[in-house]
Amino acid sequence: MDLRYTAAEQNFRSDLRSWLAATLPGVGAPPPHDDWPARRAYDLHWQRLLFDAGYAGVDWPSEGGGRGASPVEQLIFKEECERAGAPYVGVNFVGLLHAGPTIIAEGTPAQKERYLPAILRGEEVWCQGFSEPDAGSDLASLRTRAVRDGEDYVVTGSKIWTSHAEVADYCELLVRTGDAGNRGISWLIMPMDTPGIEIRPLRTIEGTTEFAELFLNEVRVPVANRVGEENDGWRVTMVTLSFERGTAFVGELLECIRLLGEVRGIADRLGLLGDEGLVRRIGHLVAVFDALWALTKRNVSEAAQTGIPGIGGSVFKLSFSEHAQALGDLAVEVLDRAALCADPLDAPDGGALGNAEQLHNWFKSISLTIAAGTSQVQRNIVAERILGLPRAR
Amino acid sequence: MDFRIGDDQRELAQGIRAMLAGRLPLEHLRAREGHEQAIAADDWAALGETGVFALTLPEPSGTGLGLADTAVVFEELGRGLVPGPLVGTFLAASAGIVDGAAEGLVQIGVHTASRPGPVLVEHLGVLDALLVLDGDGPGQLLRPAPVGGAHRVEHPLDPLTPLWRLDALPFGGSVADDRGGLWHRGALLTAALQVGHAAAALELAVDYAKERQQFGKPIGSFQAIKHMCADMLVRSEVARAAVHAAACLSDDPDVVVAEAEAAGCTPGQMLERSVVGAKLLADEAAVANARASIQVHGGMGFTWEVPLHLHLKRARVLSTNFHSPADASAALAAYA
Repeated sequence: MDLRYTAAEQNFRSDLRSWLAATLPGVGAPPPHDDWPARRAYDLHWQRLLFDAGYAGVDWPSEGGGRGASPVEQLIFKEECERAGAPYVGVNFVGLLHAGPTIIAEGTPAQKERYLPAILRGEEVWCQGFSEPDAGSDLASLRTRAVRDGEDYVVTGSKIWTSHAEVADYCELLVRTGDAGNRGISWLIMPMDTPGIEIRPLRTIEGTTEFAELFLNEVRVPVANRVGEENDGWRVTMVTLSFERGTAFVGELLECIRLLGEVRGIADRLGLLGDEGLVRRIGHLVAVFDALWALTKRNVSEAAQTGIPGIGGSVFKLSFSEHAQALGDLAVEVLDRAALCADPLDAPDGGALGNAEQLHNWFKSISLTIAAGTSQVQRNIVAERILGLPRAR
Repeated sequence: MDFRIGDDQRELAQGIRAMLAGRLPLEHLRAREGHEQAIAADDWAALGETGVFALTLPEPSGTGLGLADTAVVFEELGRGLVPGPLVGTFLAASAGIVDGAAEGLVQIGVHTASRPGPVLVEHLGVLDALLVLDGDGPGQLLRPAPVGGAHRVEHPLDPLTPLWRLDALPFGGSVADDRGGLWHRGALLTAALQVGHAAAALELAVDYAKERQQFGKPIGSFQAIKHMCADMLVRSEVARAAVHAAACLSDDPDVVVAEAEAAGCTPGQMLERSVVGAKLLADEAAVANARASIQVHGGMGFTWEVPLHLHLKRARVLSTNFHSPADASAALAAYA
């Protein structure tokens, strides 16, 4: 049990910190949320800057063209980027965290050569076509059908929750090529300019576009675009899903710690810190977020030794997502009627109140217990795989 | 950085667990329920012989370990429901302020409550000395323990934590060691005991849920039970990480400086923040897990026979030591 960073880790941190300090002033403010072409350009530009500085794919193995950083260095990377206010991974998320790592692990040499460098250099954007309207938590029941026709698969069906679809070049697509269940699924690379793809953006409860539905009508995808064997796509997908080694949500956690400080500041400016109940809720969240930061270090340490984050990933997500919601609820209570307004307001003492960002975070927090495995599914996983309770549902 | 629980620490925990199973099994401890002295002198000496109170003392009198190792040991003591003034005796031994504490030859209490009104002190009638760390003044050692005018409480909450009531504590001589350091270590190890209670309650719930059959299957196959158990694990794992982080900070000033810089506070504040936060989450985990485990056990959980009430009651006792959850959360708000 040691929280002391090695000299190499400290050097990695200070080099990165210097680079961020020198680079970020030239990056500019992010574009408006719904301006997807501008967001694509902004996020790809940031990715290119990372690439030129040797920080692209910091968590990718070196044989995939990445930096091959250790899990602890990955943690430092995310920590420093968040603390410096660097752009988020944004539209590069699927390419860097799902599709790229899958192709590294399971792709052919030709697939690796074709797709990986473009992700790292910030030239191509990927989206994810996994979930379907009738296949959410039960992903293995997906029904989008791919029928072999010569050198192509002909794909028909629909996908949902596809982020960045409007600006993506490729989609990592799960299709049914065989029998029902998880042994009849294949993993395809679908170019998004193929005829037969209809993209219908979904509006979130916040009113913004975040993800889309994909309707696929006899879309022809070359058989050469299959990653892994036919009907082996479920296993290929699991390789992807276990890629993040204990560092998922690091940026979000540090953001919550920052936002909590701002909520306290807002409460102070509004003269609310005499409310003992409110003060205790703030203090409680300080303790929880600090503890989750410690748990992150434990999970990363586990991953550094074993390659997987151990039992901590689900435990972390369950606690973090619910306390992020507690923070969001606290913020809108403190803001009271100012939280009825998503336009930026001034505080009574002048200066920005910060209501718009807190309101945005409140909405975002609501998604955290749903996305990437609902809390109910996470609890089943914890109970069955960690505690060994019987799997009868 | 490697924040995993180390192999040596796992061995240490297993060693303590084996010692407790052999020398101080639960049925043996429970034989003294309601007794004036919660743990017999020879059992206390056995803990001393095992080295429980001397872990941080330099060799040859101690084992020269850190607070992270000590936290691992105290978690086992909590899991095993070991009664007696564990934290006070450890503090007296580690600060070298009472002879015989390290060997388990004396029992030293610690009193941290500072609310007005009648004073309730755990184990008072059998203590050799009482360390008083209430309020903001210097720590005091009252020796002999102030038993004059104290009345034994007839119905203490925890049958293995006898209580005495007195109108006020007398003033005694100041303790040389800094009050802050004693308080800090005491709060941390109390939190470690609480993690042990939280973990024990979870283990009992999971074991029962696998065995107990209703509607033709183990109740652990029902999601309602599974989800309660999963939440219990989340509480104990998060609290354990907090306790271990606070212990690592306490063991390594360089880490405190680095963490304080990242968090934007002073090293002293960082230590305080980590310990108080750990105590808060450990208190919550211990009480909430005992409650949840009682619920999983159904009617049996409400009986005297099943030991869950002992975990719940001890967790409540320990929650009132050092910072109570209410005081802890109020103190932590300043760090937001």
